[in-house]
Amino acid sequence: MKGKKRKIKTINIDVDKCVGCMACEVICSAFHSSPKYSSNNPARSRIRVIRDPIADIYVPVYAGEYAVAECAGRDKYIIDGKEYDECAFCRASCPSRDLFKEPDSGLPLKCDMCESDPAQEIPLCVKWCLNEALIYEEREEEIEEEVKQEDLEIGLEALANKYGLNNIKDVIERLSESKKG
Amino acid sequence: MRYAETGFNLEIDLSRGNIERVASDPMETELYLGGLGTNAKIMWDRVPPEVEAFSPDNLLIFAAGLLCGTPAPGCNRTIVTTISPQTKLLAFSMMGGFWAPELKYAGYDKIILSGKSPDLVYLWINNDTVELRDASHLQGKGAIETEKLIQQELNEPKAQVLSIGLAGENKVYFASIEQGRSSASRGGIGAVMGDKGVKAIAVRGTGDINIAQAEEFLGMCNEVLEYIKVRDAKPIPGVMPILAGLGSPQEMKTHDEKWHTESFMWGNSRHRRKGFWTEEVEKEWTETLENARKRLISCYNCPMKCGATISIEGLPTYMMKCFSKLTYTMAAMSNLDFGLKIAQRATEYGVDAFSTPQVMAFALELYENDILSDEDMKGMPESNDEKFFWLLDRIVRREGIGDALANGTYWAAKEIGKGAEDYAHNNIKKHEQMPLKLSMLNPIYFLMYCTGEKINITQIEGQFPQMPFPTREEREEFVKDWHQVPDEKFKQYFLDWELRGENSFPYYPTVQMCCDIVDWQEKMHYIDDALGMCAGLSSFPLKPPYHIHNFPKLISWGAGIEMDEAKLSKAAKRYRTLVRAINISRGMRRKDDKPPANHWKKRFPELEKELLDTYYKFKGWNRESIPTKESLQDLGLDYVSDDFQNRGIYSDSNDTLPDETSENNGKNKVEEVKNEG
Repeated sequence: MKGKKRKIKTINIDVDKCVGCMACEVICSAFHSSPKYSSNNPARSRIRVIRDPIADIYVPVYAGEYAVAECAGRDKYIIDGKEYDECAFCRASCPSRDLFKEPDSGLPLKCDMCESDPAQEIPLCVKWCLNEALIYEEREEEIEEEVKQEDLEIGLEALANKYGLNNIKDVIERLSESKKG
Repeated sequence: MRYAETGFNLEIDLSRGNIERVASDPMETELYLGGLGTNAKIMWDRVPPEVEAFSPDNLLIFAAGLLCGTPAPGCNRTIVTTISPQTKLLAFSMMGGFWAPELKYAGYDKIILSGKSPDLVYLWINNDTVELRDASHLQGKGAIETEKLIQQELNEPKAQVLSIGLAGENKVYFASIEQGRSSASRGGIGAVMGDKGVKAIAVRGTGDINIAQAEEFLGMCNEVLEYIKVRDAKPIPGVMPILAGLGSPQEMKTHDEKWHTESFMWGNSRHRRKGFWTEEVEKEWTETLENARKRLISCYNCPMKCGATISIEGLPTYMMKCFSKLTYTMAAMSNLDFGLKIAQRATEYGVDAFSTPQVMAFALELYENDILSDEDMKGMPESNDEKFFWLLDRIVRREGIGDALANGTYWAAKEIGKGAEDYAHNNIKKHEQMPLKLSMLNPIYFLMYCTGEKINITQIEGQFPQMPFPTREEREEFVKDWHQVPDEKFKQYFLDWELRGENSFPYYPTVQMCCDIVDWQEKMHYIDDALGMCAGLSSFPLKPPYHIHNFPKLISWGAGIEMDEAKLSKAAKRYRTLVRAINISRGMRRKDDKPPANHWKKRFPELEKELLDTYYKFKGWNRESIPTKESLQDLGLDYVSDDFQNRGIYSDSNDTLPDETSENNGKNKVEEVKNEG
């Protein structure tokens, strides 16, 4: 099954080059408004700059997956003597914070790399970042499906070790029953 | 639906603690645009000339410009408007930063403060929730310190906070309003905020700003960004490096300070130090800046990096921009290390970086000349640098001699007497100016210094080169892609302008050309001040991305107001004239329209008279600089001419201000140089 390819889109974030202008938030929220560009509101942006100028902290963060529950514990990063907020680097729209949620509805937001209609050549936050703190990169990666299968087996084995194989079997049976019903 | 603006102002009566959200009239936006324009209208309507700066009836207005909060790059200015305690005229200082867009997202175009709070308070605006909160625990705190404390106390790191320091609380006439990396410093507006009992305004907004014609508007924003890249790659040859690119002068980036240190004046705008900039100094100052500067930073939605985070060992971090880098250093005849250190304290106190160093240098000059006594300066340290820290501390606390000095050089000199007036020699309309003393009269700058009502040269100059280029080839090259000119004739003015000979200063550009040039430069600044556009991308640098040809479309597409060049020019003229009218009603006249007596060594009284006469006429003002009835009617400002009529302003053209600036004939000796600021 080898040889299948997919495009990986990456935005390289150089926090040292960020000047804290938040133009990325402006263009993101404008692009995703409806009709396009008809309104601007950074609270709707799918990129936010975590910013503490006196502490010299500037971290552009993209909205990632929605998380139903917050993490059991928190991390606090200290890099080069700078203490970053808990969750500073996390992309999740999650119950622990108001980041990446529509301000009116509370629905989660997620970065779509500006692929929504019309798809943009590069994400607009990158285009509007003249200081090159955000750089867009595309590459192709081969996908090996067997590896995926292996992943599944490894995962199940881990679960079996934790909960017992019989338990896992029961759960799978119950799940397939409920799907049928 | 309202576009670009929210259509609502917050009216806050501090005496009674009353807060109201009031809809604004869209017709006013059409006539006065927004920002400074509509601020001036409110000031005219509600603050009559009898009202003094520290009266509860004085208003303190914080406006987000018309296009703030839209995606227009660099449009982020807060325009603060009030009556100045120092000049007793309209003050409309401004700042960039992040505050104005946040106010828009919270749902307001302006905050209008009236009355006085009995206790120190701060204002917290969180979308629809607006409250006055006790600030007694913030009394005496630094401006930056206050910002952080309020964010922590509200648990809102995203709240944008503007605040005053000790200087504002103690009503120092040159107290600033600080906001992170920016400050609104000129005219003592921080003192009015202190007088009103307001320590800070914190704002957080998560609402939408609507755009009228979205695709077109965005298209122009993209064009602007593209042009910024073009200009970045192509600095203008033949001018000072800090004037060759866009943005405000790139002081935080630049190490080469030969021009400033050798052309501008040191001390109390007194000494020129030719040959100062040696290799040794360059090495030391470069090291100082490299060590202190943590990052170049921008304002909201702007790719320029005009500011910097400054962190000096043992001192709290602060942010700095532009020429404040050198004002303290040069006033104290010290080095950059001293300048960056004292600026940290000055920023926390919240004082203007132009006036403050000059006031301190003025005090020392008075002491050296036995006008201030040992008794007056009791406790002053020995070391030169320490003297400035000591003076700064006295001034912001109004302790001892600091009390008089806190009113600026003009008022301090009056109070001190004994000939002190001669030392307050660098003022226009009682306000301290850039430390410059030059040789040959520059007729363009003469008009700008005389008539610029922000009373600050950097707030009127910009679009036309400061000096002629030496060769015709260079001039031809310059005009090739000069599409910003409102009319092709400006290219010819520039092409024919020579360093020497017939077509040089002071008689070229001709009087009429000077009027055209000054009017154009001023107009662009006034448009910026209504839109909230940063002068650094528009009216200040040569060949900016925003100009008279693309602004009308930007306003039409953004705010949904039909606009063309003629209509925009007329709107700008309307509120510019209203600014003059407010000052005229407060007694300002032709006699006040003059540069510091010693600004130029070579003066031409007849030419200067002709320049003013012609410019006034061009502007629709009479010989006393009062807007004429006809010109006011043409602008739809009949209510102004009626008021002038009622007050007898037209008939009493010899009306004088009680405190006319002294002529400074005495101790005005300075050496002269060629370039302007």
